[in-house]
Amino acid sequence: MAQRIFVTGTGIISCLGNNLRENLTSLLDSKSGIGRIHHIDTLLKEELLVGEVPLSQEELFTLAHIVPAEGYSRNALLGIIAAKEAGAHAGLTEHRELKTGLISATTVGGMDQCELYYLDFLTNDTRNAYIDSYDSGESTEKIASALGISDFITTISTACSSAANALMLGARMIRTGRLDRVLAGGCESLTKFHLNGFNALKILDKEPSKPFDERRAGINLGEGAAYLVLESEESMKKTGNQPLCELIGWGNACEAFHQTASSPEGTGAYLAIKKALEISGLHPEDIDYINAHGTGTDNNDLSEGKAIEKLFGERVPYISSTKPFTGHTTSAAGSTEAILSILCLQHQVIWPNLNFEIPIGELHFSPVKNLITDQLVNIVMSNSFGFGGNDTSLIFRKVY
Amino acid sequence: MAFINGIGIISPQKTVESKEFPAAVMEYTADYLKCIEPVYRSYIDPIQSRRMSRLIKMGITAAKISLADAACRMPDAIITGTGLGSVEDTEKILGEITKEERFLNPTPFIQSTYNTISSQVAINLKCHNYNSTYVHRTFSFESGLTDALMLMEEGMASDVLVGAIDEMTLNHLQITRRIGQWKMEPVNNLQLLDYGTPGALAGEGAAFFLLGAEKSLSTYAQVKGVKTSFNLNGSFKPSTILPSFLDMNDLTTKDIDLVLLGLNGDSENDPVYLQFANHFFPGKPLGWYKHLCGEYHTATGFGLYAAANILKHQHYPEVLQLNTINPSRLKNILIYNHYRNVNHSMILIQACS
Repeated sequence: MAQRIFVTGTGIISCLGNNLRENLTSLLDSKSGIGRIHHIDTLLKEELLVGEVPLSQEELFTLAHIVPAEGYSRNALLGIIAAKEAGAHAGLTEHRELKTGLISATTVGGMDQCELYYLDFLTNDTRNAYIDSYDSGESTEKIASALGISDFITTISTACSSAANALMLGARMIRTGRLDRVLAGGCESLTKFHLNGFNALKILDKEPSKPFDERRAGINLGEGAAYLVLESEESMKKTGNQPLCELIGWGNACEAFHQTASSPEGTGAYLAIKKALEISGLHPEDIDYINAHGTGTDNNDLSEGKAIEKLFGERVPYISSTKPFTGHTTSAAGSTEAILSILCLQHQVIWPNLNFEIPIGELHFSPVKNLITDQLVNIVMSNSFGFGGNDTSLIFRKVY
Repeated sequence: MAFINGIGIISPQKTVESKEFPAAVMEYTADYLKCIEPVYRSYIDPIQSRRMSRLIKMGITAAKISLADAACRMPDAIITGTGLGSVEDTEKILGEITKEERFLNPTPFIQSTYNTISSQVAINLKCHNYNSTYVHRTFSFESGLTDALMLMEEGMASDVLVGAIDEMTLNHLQITRRIGQWKMEPVNNLQLLDYGTPGALAGEGAAFFLLGAEKSLSTYAQVKGVKTSFNLNGSFKPSTILPSFLDMNDLTTKDIDLVLLGLNGDSENDPVYLQFANHFFPGKPLGWYKHLCGEYHTATGFGLYAAANILKHQHYPEVLQLNTINPSRLKNILIYNHYRNVNHSMILIQACS
């Protein structure tokens, strides 16, 4: 029988809080972290709303328990903070005999510092310590060094589904016997680079985002990091860790439609969800809650909604997008939302889709408007879709 | 384990126009080795390619050549590895936001996204199957290969397209020269090891491989295994990693007929290869290839292309020979690579009898 994959640790930093507990508190209070930009010097400051982690570089160093030094990107620091929390939770620095991997996701890597020093890079030697942050491996290697992981490390970049693919790869590496346990997730820092990029694509909402609402007008970008520890059953016997839940399904498919748009019928999303259900051996009616990708763009929400209707018919489970809480943390979104979904299993709640008022005309379902508590939640699905049509869906099950 | 059933490669050598291996060797005296690009019109609709940046055109073209080579219409998965993605596009954006923040053309942003090539290949083929992109320095291509091997083990795929794609630009060369990556002056690629100076000779390339679970008429060789190892605070021990890697594939160092080393002319990094070779493979044939393609994050793609051809044609070309020892047979080749003694990787490839 195939190896079962358990989640034994989680760590998260987002605009909702610096750790899991703070994130949970904000969610239970239905309190969004969306606001103005404070830590990036950008012309878009007054114009855009984002989910920014309200900490300076110095404060991030302190939180990461790292002596401030040159060469650290904000991205790497966010990653280290969340990875350390997940690692501590699951005793990752112990049991060195276990084969342990790190699979991290990022879209723009250490661009937060590179964009500050790019002119120096071109003209002088004063900022050479940051040149390595230009590539995406740097933050992953900083995290691996901070946690002492060396058996296997890699970095995935499939745009906004990156961290979901990191979790999927982690599960597969355990299942094929390559690793005993994996720290998997993603980190993303807000940058002028991608704020301007998304702005040029005209898919950012100047107001708080309204996923699955008829009046939706785009994304609020966010930043943060989230990592999960995945373990095999054998590994748990050695570590003595208790499972938070089980990762039972994963599916990856490609829209193959357009570089930045989803197909109207959501082919990629449909296939990813269908594959995840197949791997899990479940039927659509077994799903209690879908944490949707739900970016708030005209295109995504309709296309995702169509895919969900095609699979679930008239019996669409409870569904919400938690991006109005956290902002769209792009490459960190998959693992951020995986953790938020797991919290639903642990606390038997369903997160509301903030800012929702009017259902989309072409869809027959509405997302959850207010927090639901004391709800039986056994199985949750988390969707992450990205530019280039890289679509991934994950399914988690409560362990009794 | 997977069979290499098709290869498409754009490199600083004439690897597109000639199926011979090696084609007439190209000699350069240059700051970096630049790819010889094909006429894209034969591979990509000119209307589509007009807006595509260089790396994307190279990637799609190499992917198409590899599919045609393998006579495969639709792969079950598309996976790419790239250390830097489209540097040209990234630089365009950085240039604009450091000058006058607001840029209006979203195309460079879209194309700078690392997964653009794997998704463009998918769009081109209308391939809805598994699709992923790895972006971890010199582990990028090796991670992709690992993923491909797993998909086959899991029974999720039988034909997997795996790519290794990176480009160099003058700006990026200048920037990374500051941290000692490259030679400071133009060098002759065929005399690369004679300089004895720090820094490598930079290069670039786009190599795609169609890996199949089944052997076919076009099979070059089979990939037996891939191993990456992150040297955390000097913890990397080839003495434990190599024997266990070979053991997993039921081989010992004695079975290795040829070792392809990633020597790149850097007087500080090359000794790591020679120590490795002297320790494990004394008296064995040693080869190299980066004088033909230059150093870049996914240069092992060129290494795999070279090894696959050596095994297919049972011919070990002189231009690759590092020592004068002739292999008694050409069955097992080990490709060993490292980046700054931090990212170590091994690819094991075997002839099909």
